[in-house]
Amino acid sequence: MKPIDHAEASSHFIEAKAHLEFHDRRLWDLRMKRDRQAHSIPEWEELRNLASAIKEHTLSHLADYLEEFEAKAKSNGAQVRWARDASEHNQIVHDILSAHGAKTLVKSKSMLTEECDMRPFLETRGVKVIETDLGERIQQLDDEPPSHIVVPAVHKLRGDVSDVFARTIGSEPGNNDPRYLAEAMRRDTRPYFLGAEAGMTGANFAIAETGSFVVCTNEGNADLSANVPKLHIACIGIEKIIPKFEHLAVFIRMLSRSALGSPITQYTSHFRAPRSGTELHIVLVDNGRSQRLGMKDFWYSLKCIRCGACMNTCPVYRRSGGLSYGATYSGPIGIIIDPAFDIRKYSNLPYASTLNGSCTNVCPVKINIHDQIYKWRQVMAERNQLPLVKKEAIRIIGKVLSDPRLYRAAISATGLAIERLPRFAIYNWLNPWGRQREVPEPPKQSFRSWYLKNRRRQ
Amino acid sequence: MSSRDAILAAVRANQPAPAPPIPAIPLFERTSRSLIEEFQEALVSMGGKFAPTLDASGLDGLVRSLFPDAAVICSATPELRGTRTLDHSTDPAALADVDVGVVRAAFGVAETGSVWLSEEELQVNALAYLAQHFVVLLDPTRIVGNLHHAYRDARFKTARYAVLVTGPSATADIEGVLIHGAQGVRSLTVAMIPLGHTPEANSPRP
Repeated sequence: MKPIDHAEASSHFIEAKAHLEFHDRRLWDLRMKRDRQAHSIPEWEELRNLASAIKEHTLSHLADYLEEFEAKAKSNGAQVRWARDASEHNQIVHDILSAHGAKTLVKSKSMLTEECDMRPFLETRGVKVIETDLGERIQQLDDEPPSHIVVPAVHKLRGDVSDVFARTIGSEPGNNDPRYLAEAMRRDTRPYFLGAEAGMTGANFAIAETGSFVVCTNEGNADLSANVPKLHIACIGIEKIIPKFEHLAVFIRMLSRSALGSPITQYTSHFRAPRSGTELHIVLVDNGRSQRLGMKDFWYSLKCIRCGACMNTCPVYRRSGGLSYGATYSGPIGIIIDPAFDIRKYSNLPYASTLNGSCTNVCPVKINIHDQIYKWRQVMAERNQLPLVKKEAIRIIGKVLSDPRLYRAAISATGLAIERLPRFAIYNWLNPWGRQREVPEPPKQSFRSWYLKNRRRQ
Repeated sequence: MSSRDAILAAVRANQPAPAPPIPAIPLFERTSRSLIEEFQEALVSMGGKFAPTLDASGLDGLVRSLFPDAAVICSATPELRGTRTLDHSTDPAALADVDVGVVRAAFGVAETGSVWLSEEELQVNALAYLAQHFVVLLDPTRIVGNLHHAYRDARFKTARYAVLVTGPSATADIEGVLIHGAQGVRSLTVAMIPLGHTPEANSPRP
């Protein structure tokens, strides 16, 4: 399989100027709202430390906590199944739906079901799947994956949404009013909530001490999916476990503040047992997680609570859009998770970063994201996954930087070259960096020559 | 080997060496700021409405003044009769035409402006989502400071379903424009009404 070419894909995103400008501004706005919330809580940094410690503790005792969760969930009357990978997960879900004769499934947003590519699996087997989060529904109707884990259609402008809805759910063509469009989606979706035989949610957290799981939404669509149909299926990644409710407080205080800059989501819902007369099925999914747990440098990414703060702050993500990563998870967290799924396909992704460290600084569970990006680059080099131009460039740079005489010669030659060479000799395919940027003006004198002239004799 | 056993074996083999023990979680007690004020501020910031007290027209008058055109009012609290009755056995989909749902919350959280509801308060969980508008009664003496206090409440461990409701259903998925009433209720009003408020203020429907 050919590796995803993030730089090439982003070049299309960058061409659409209005989209690029909005995307950049909207996500930076979320980052600033996040900062205001974080600064309003004196114990914010202490909460980050606690969250990190809780996650590291739980992941290092994960098998015991999973067993505790399963035992409690079963005693609550839920049915628990385990899926090793995406295809087993999809098959289990389909089996449950078939056993209940369910033809329509209303579901809330779940990155796990995206990861498993569940929708097409069910649809080819005759199950109608309705995404009920507005952003996710827009993406489903446009036959695109979500471009952001919290705001799935953030790369679209209102005109794009209007076009999609006019084409698919019969809204008035050319009516671009967001209120009208949201109302059109509400009216289209309501009958599915009332008629569907089954509802599905993911989970933000699962609590070992009670066998409960927690879902956070702003639209209330998860609560409708879970509380109207007689069958509720919850798909949960095994890394979502935390020990107790008192630990949940730490995460709920930070999740929406980090994600959207609001103190909490409109709905924080805790499911422990089925409603009387209904069934609750829980599917615990591994899909590569147990393997990642054993990767010395990379298991920390399992601490992630999917807030998206690292995406909102990342200059590369904001200016390239989530779809250009060609993977379920995009942005800084994506580029450290995706290669664990497929090292060849995602071999270029660790280079979609400036290594500025901002992702690490905003992460509510203190994942060392930029360190891991750097370490993935090392892995790619060791596994010979670098494209030839990059490999040659790195080889030459390595040589020049390790030899002072070569370095000095190169510096003065570069200065001369930038001053004297015609533009086509500098801005060409060998210098992809120069595609969107001007090469800086070289200083008149290097530090070394200044030093030799002015300080040497003292 | 079953998938369950295979996953647990792989996790056991791969999980990192035990990290330090689980940390104790402080309650992060705050200053003496009024809990009601803090609750109100947070609720309003999340798009909720705050009704401070009842006047002589009582609870019925409050709901009527907020929603003069409401045809179907469904109350899960005996404090208000409403126009539609409700019990644990009501089919959720039967609530599709409810204009206003009314319920009493078990407690509130000042930090976030949230109210706590479970199947016991709601009778039918979907009432909180299928109704067009939602009115929640809250005893002002039952407001805790922050989420650390809230999550020590033992009812989280016994309720089948428990939800912290904070403002109405909302979305900003189209160009970040904030819209209330995405899939659930279009408005949320929290009314500060003490438990056991004067029964005669809650006049019976003529």
